[in-house]
Amino acid sequence: MAIPEGGFFPDDVEYGRYGPIFPKTPACYGFTIVAKIIPGREEAFREHGRTLEKAVKDQPDILAPLELHYLRWVLFEIKGETYFMYQGIFDTDFDKYTEDAVALFSQSGISTVFENLEGFPADWKTNPEAFVEFVRAHHRPSFLEYGEYPYVSADEIKKALRVKHLFSQMLDQMQ
Amino acid sequence: MLDLDDIQYILLNRAPARAGRYEFLSFASAEAGRAWLSALVDQVHSVETMRASIADEKRWVTLAFTWNGLRALGVDEAALATFPEEFRQGMAARAEILGDTGANHPDHWVDGTTDPDLHAIVLLFTRTVEDRAHYQEELASLLAASPGAELLSALDVEAIPPFGYAHDHFGYRDQLTNLAIEGSGDAPTPGSGGLLKPGEFILGYPDEHGPPAGRPQPEVLSRNGSFLAYRRLQEHVGKFREFLAEHGETPEEQELLAAKLMGRWRSGAPLVLAPDKDDPKLADDPQRNNDFNYKQDDPFGYAVPLGAHIRRVNPRDTAASINRHRMIRRGATYGPHLPDDAPEDDQERGVAAFVLCASLIRQFEFAQNVWINDKNFHELGNERDPIIGTQDGTLEFKIPTRPIRRTITGLPAFTTVRGGAYFFIPGIEALRWLAAGD
Ligand code: HEM
Repeated sequence: MAIPEGGFFPDDVEYGRYGPIFPKTPACYGFTIVAKIIPGREEAFREHGRTLEKAVKDQPDILAPLELHYLRWVLFEIKGETYFMYQGIFDTDFDKYTEDAVALFSQSGISTVFENLEGFPADWKTNPEAFVEFVRAHHRPSFLEYGEYPYVSADEIKKALRVKHLFSQMLDQMQ
Repeated sequence: MLDLDDIQYILLNRAPARAGRYEFLSFASAEAGRAWLSALVDQVHSVETMRASIADEKRWVTLAFTWNGLRALGVDEAALATFPEEFRQGMAARAEILGDTGANHPDHWVDGTTDPDLHAIVLLFTRTVEDRAHYQEELASLLAASPGAELLSALDVEAIPPFGYAHDHFGYRDQLTNLAIEGSGDAPTPGSGGLLKPGEFILGYPDEHGPPAGRPQPEVLSRNGSFLAYRRLQEHVGKFREFLAEHGETPEEQELLAAKLMGRWRSGAPLVLAPDKDDPKLADDPQRNNDFNYKQDDPFGYAVPLGAHIRRVNPRDTAASINRHRMIRRGATYGPHLPDDAPEDDQERGVAAFVLCASLIRQFEFAQNVWINDKNFHELGNERDPIIGTQDGTLEFKIPTRPIRRTITGLPAFTTVRGGAYFFIPGIEALRWLAAGD
């Protein structure tokens, strides 16, 4: 699906509680946040990677409320300055679970990572609006998105895998 | 500890009222508004005075103001700008977010609640219908004595028979879930979510997240205040009954279908605890009638369908940070009772309801947007809340049943929004501050 410049289909903009919602595509909902990091903070990002890994290990369903498919965190350089790219693919528009995401992030320690980005609002924990504004301002909408299994939700995939698992168990029982 | 002598009673208590009247007012000038407010403020009960006088009192008054109303009373622009965006915009401007489209659109609202000159609401609740007639006169003479303060519209509310318990025009027993707030003196009943942090509902206290933050200014105005979302929801009783008759062959099947839409039998008994047969005794017992969850007790919705009203508006243990999205509910029925055997008479009847919360966007609007009107809530695909969701006849309602679920297609709209507005409900001190205008 080719997406117009700006990220919205002008004739079909849906509004959420915090403003217009980026459209759903065959690759579901998502964002790509690109922001400059505060110089010298690279290690804080890597530390964050370990924190989040541990949080998920301790509580595998900790991110479940966000209805995610994938999250990807990338650091890269342009002309000697370090940038951060954060890409998420999920099944519901970001607007819906903004407050829950903020709450969850502050629990799991994601706070540390965003706080190392230039221009991130210091009061984000109590000001979801400012958080959303930051995300919007740094979101680079796709101009094209593709899904090999279009519009399928993570939940459907998990259900299908469960059915496959149960089915093979059933076959085992018939041996 | 909560300032029980300052918080308006309605936040923590329900008046033992059988009747009431909501008046919507406008002030031509700040002087007019203040004169009226000064005359009325002594009649407004705090939690403390309400509790102390409950045995003898015959009427209870609540006051709240729109954003324009605060301006009309002389609150300065700098202070006004500190109120949250959604409150400043007002309910009608948030229509798309709330799902107020089609027949529910503010263009069709009947009570003048979209008028930018709507400034205040007075909620009068009275013990009896006769008391209402009396106290309504009193309000009218107060208004007459404050030239420039005008009545835009009014709505009489009253309980409908049978009078033994609170219920709506569809016949569902209501007022079963009651939140208990830390410091209020109320004890939580099993299943109501424990003691909730006061800052979730009353400004100036810690909430589930921590110490109070981002309060509107000045503090004398916001302290002990709250936000109130008003919804006038017409109930199409004839259509509701027809629907039950069409989809249920026997009275038992019809009762079960009614229960599936709500998540409780009309008696109030929760389906999770009484999945197959009504149990009015269970409904009557506050220690048991709310004591259930969904994740373990009913994960697939065989008892309470995933899209049923109470499972959407409080998904309990199946939602993230649930205590950040709780709401205090108040309200009453309006319009004439439609007896069981009477045909639809085309008179307007329904529920004139309030949701009280510290953050309209995080609590009321979240419920409307994410829980009630998200077609894909719980992966349902093509459903909205069957009682209050925006229905246009194209959606469905799925009832998980073994071996295969039942799907009802073409669900009609049983309710229509006929009015609504956002108000700020100040504490008593704040009311006096507004009245004094300094
Ligand atoms: C015609 C309009 C409505 C009707 C007939 C209705 C009916 C009911 C009934 C019968 C209950 C169960 C009794 C109880 O738990 O106390 C209930 C619960 C509830 N309703 Fe509604 N309701 C209406 C509108 C609304 C609105 C507009 C909201 C909020 C946006 C809402 C939110 C809730 C909540 C939060 C509960 C408690 C659920 C729980 O804790 O399990 N309702 N409603």
